[in-house]
Amino acid sequence: MGAQLRVYRRRIKSVQATKKITKAMELIASSRIVKAQQRVDASLPYTSELLRAITAVVSNSNAKHPLLTAPATRKRAAVILITADRGLAGAYSTAVLKEGEALNNLLKEDGVDAEHFLVGRKSVGYYKFRERAIAASWTGFTDQPTYENAKDIAATVIEAFNKSAEEGGVDEIHLVYTHFVNMGVQEVRVRRILPVEVIEMSAADAKDAKVLPLYEFEPGPEAVLDALMPRYVENMVYTALLLAAASEHAARRRAMKSASDNAEDLIKNLARMANQARQAEITQEISEIVGGADALSSASAGS
Amino acid sequence: MAELNVSVVAVDRNVWSGAAKSIVAKTPDGEIGILPNHEPVLSLLVNGLVRIEPVEGDKFTVAVHGGFFSVDSNKVSVLAEVAELGTAIDVDRARASLERAKSSGVDTAETLAAIHRAETRLQAANAATAAGMH
Repeated sequence: MGAQLRVYRRRIKSVQATKKITKAMELIASSRIVKAQQRVDASLPYTSELLRAITAVVSNSNAKHPLLTAPATRKRAAVILITADRGLAGAYSTAVLKEGEALNNLLKEDGVDAEHFLVGRKSVGYYKFRERAIAASWTGFTDQPTYENAKDIAATVIEAFNKSAEEGGVDEIHLVYTHFVNMGVQEVRVRRILPVEVIEMSAADAKDAKVLPLYEFEPGPEAVLDALMPRYVENMVYTALLLAAASEHAARRRAMKSASDNAEDLIKNLARMANQARQAEITQEISEIVGGADALSSASAGS
Repeated sequence: MAELNVSVVAVDRNVWSGAAKSIVAKTPDGEIGILPNHEPVLSLLVNGLVRIEPVEGDKFTVAVHGGFFSVDSNKVSVLAEVAELGTAIDVDRARASLERAKSSGVDTAETLAAIHRAETRLQAANAATAAGMH
């Protein structure tokens, strides 16, 4: 076997091994998307009831809550970035980081300092490499987040929010995550979770919406709101983590699918080149034999 | 007779839903019993047991932690961070975690909460087995 042919065969083997790995990762990611989606669906009833309850308290009473009112001046903002722990997911983490940069610039234009709360090893690496300050970071659970994780994150940001500006508190909290629209579409979204944006309903909307009953609040509207607002933040973070996990798996599946496809193309091309090399070798051998035989016969004819 | 349309929802799943005759829950101001046609209420729950009497079947208890509930035109939603049916609780495991929490020896708010949580679960589990024996 010629040297050229051996090189081609070796490359084909190595690409085949890579393809096996990417194919396996693609299959794993596909099965995890379904699971992640189920978890998103399972969390929906709680979310909708919680939002309903908060809307009821806010609209039925004059309860004022620090988490609901926007401060007069904005000095510092917390930015939560939700990225992946692992790579091999295409542009998933990069897209979130890019959106985070855009948000940073926007805040800077308004004269607001941004503090960064990072979720996922990829964002931590990005910020460490650029030697930027990290307010807090969490890693190790982005593909299967639990409610405990969300509680942890929410507690940290609420603490920062409740501090006064002199102590380094923040005036607003933004969340950057990847929203899972469906299998094919995921988009990076920026949401302000605190202070809560109060949406004034127009007359037309109000007519369509079901009128909320006049609740009796136990032990009182303020106390109920006090207990519900942290839940609201936790829930927002939890939902974002779940959606981000689903998006991460979808992004990984897509990246691994194209990697497998590329490997297949590469194998096809390499096989063609190997065949060509083999053919060239055979042709050369034949012409050598023919040339040798010619030389022999002409030598014997001459004698 | 009117009946209550109850759903018990934890953060990550629907724990129980169905028709019920009555519900007894613990609020910071004391116990509250809900019968059909109750006025709309939105109340916090203290960590503890919620007793539900379904239209069909035996009474049962749910251990809830960190939750609230709302009543509105016979629709009752109990929402909790953690909610477990008394029948689904493993008594041995609950007892073990209670022992663990008690023996840790530190009186932080966290361990006290853990002890309380374990006791609640045990109560719910015991209530479930007691109901099963009758």
